[in-house]
Amino acid sequence: MTERTLRGKVAIAGIGETVYYKHGQSPDAEFKLALQAILAACRDAGIDPRDVDGFASYGDDRSDGPRLAAALGIRELRFSNMHWGGGGGGVAAAVANAGAAVQSGMANCVIAFRSLAQGQFARYGRSRTGAAAMGDDAFLAPYGLMSPAQRFAMKITRFMTGNGIRHEALRAIAMASYHHAQNNPNAVMRGRPLTEEKYDSARWIIEPFHRLFDCCQENDGAGAVLVVPAERAKDLPQKPVYLLGAAQGGHHRSAAPVHNAPDYASAHFKTVARNMWAMAKLGPKDCDVVQAYENFTGGVLLSLVEHGFIDPKTANEQLVLENLLAPGGKMPMNTSGGNLAECYMHGLEMVNEAVRQLRGTAINQVAGANVVAVLGGPMVTPVSSLVVGTEAAL
Amino acid sequence: MNRALPDGLPVPAQDGLAKPYWDGTRQGKLVIQKCRDCGKYQWGPEWICHRCHSFDLAWEEVAPRGRIWSWQRPHHPVHPALNGHTPYTIVLVELPDADNVRMVGNLLCTPDTPVTIGAAVEAIFEPHDEAEPPYTLVQWRVREE
Ligand SMILES: [Zn+2]
Repeated sequence: MTERTLRGKVAIAGIGETVYYKHGQSPDAEFKLALQAILAACRDAGIDPRDVDGFASYGDDRSDGPRLAAALGIRELRFSNMHWGGGGGGVAAAVANAGAAVQSGMANCVIAFRSLAQGQFARYGRSRTGAAAMGDDAFLAPYGLMSPAQRFAMKITRFMTGNGIRHEALRAIAMASYHHAQNNPNAVMRGRPLTEEKYDSARWIIEPFHRLFDCCQENDGAGAVLVVPAERAKDLPQKPVYLLGAAQGGHHRSAAPVHNAPDYASAHFKTVARNMWAMAKLGPKDCDVVQAYENFTGGVLLSLVEHGFIDPKTANEQLVLENLLAPGGKMPMNTSGGNLAECYMHGLEMVNEAVRQLRGTAINQVAGANVVAVLGGPMVTPVSSLVVGTEAAL
Repeated sequence: MNRALPDGLPVPAQDGLAKPYWDGTRQGKLVIQKCRDCGKYQWGPEWICHRCHSFDLAWEEVAPRGRIWSWQRPHHPVHPALNGHTPYTIVLVELPDADNVRMVGNLLCTPDTPVTIGAAVEAIFEPHDEAEPPYTLVQWRVREE
């Protein structure tokens, strides 16, 4: 029986993104942002947008595939896919779903994308008022537990307290993103560097581990990647970036109601990371760069631990700023500024950055990068992650 | 009795699957799901026992005692009713007498009280009799051992 895998079978042939805006400042409608990013990815790949035949997204993206296909005059829609779950848990899954569609022959040329102009709809981090709390929320909202930060905070409290990990480890994660953003003209936090003093004196969002700079912002914009069969990518203008491994899901009952997941203090990557590395036939030591989704810095810590990048016993020593910086750090991370400081595009901007690193065109380039991991949004269910590489990594 | 949080927060829907729980809180009892087939507790309420797939789920009173599994102290008001009323303390409480299910509530304490994972707590029933319909929340207080 032939091996069932996506390793080396599909490639990202084009990437696109809009200008990234602070929350509420996009002059364009969310759907228009999606169209702009998709057209940019097609242009980058040298492909006529009418030849796109599929769309994959996540996080209940409002720009639905059939409507995009109509607006763009797509000749034939063959794949239309929404991955369950909120936020950026599905970022790598959307790319992998596009890849699975292409590899299986269901489609030939699939866009994975995210578009967000949240201010044109409702805000994250603020609850709706008025309505009675239903379902799980009936046991949470009356106690003042409503926001994403609050849903995750007790996982982080338990993990960090139990493992003796200091808040300074989270500070290094935040500072790395801000550091890299300072060189990136499209980063919303360019010109606003983060110092230790600024981090330490920022207001609490949630004790004991969430100060202001541990938390993502909201932004407007869109990002897209174009996924094609590996053979086709070789004939297109850009250096192919191959999907080496991808996985999505969550461990046993990670979505159990009212904070009852048996393995609670987790980002939910324990099985997902194992499956991703198995498909890639690689491990964390093989990665030249890592893009780790920051909804909250504590989630990055859990995510890095569960993917094998960080040992909880030595996290305080490993998670120091110099280790996380491009080009010379031991583990360059979030090299375009990440969710915290480039743009909170729910991780799609991190996939684009992984591609740039492998093409050798990143602003904070790590020399000779051949393998990059993208760890999607942690602590939700389902989560997803992927690893991509150059031809040399195949 | 002083309430843990100000008025104006979302009220719990008390219908459907969880009705026996809310009925119990009105009587000062902690009543949760217990499977009639495998005899195990589960929380929150589900249509099925996640262990043995029985649909025959009873509701039983459990001891209103537990241990702090984790905690957080929000400072940022996530709802207009909380403006000027932060920080406050949320605990995740494990119930050793009920197969270690966990519940979320507020810890009744001052905002500068240190919180210790593993500390013993007891339930305090907080009635909201003026609400329409009335409901009772389950809060927690550190228990001397
Ligand atoms: Zn059962």
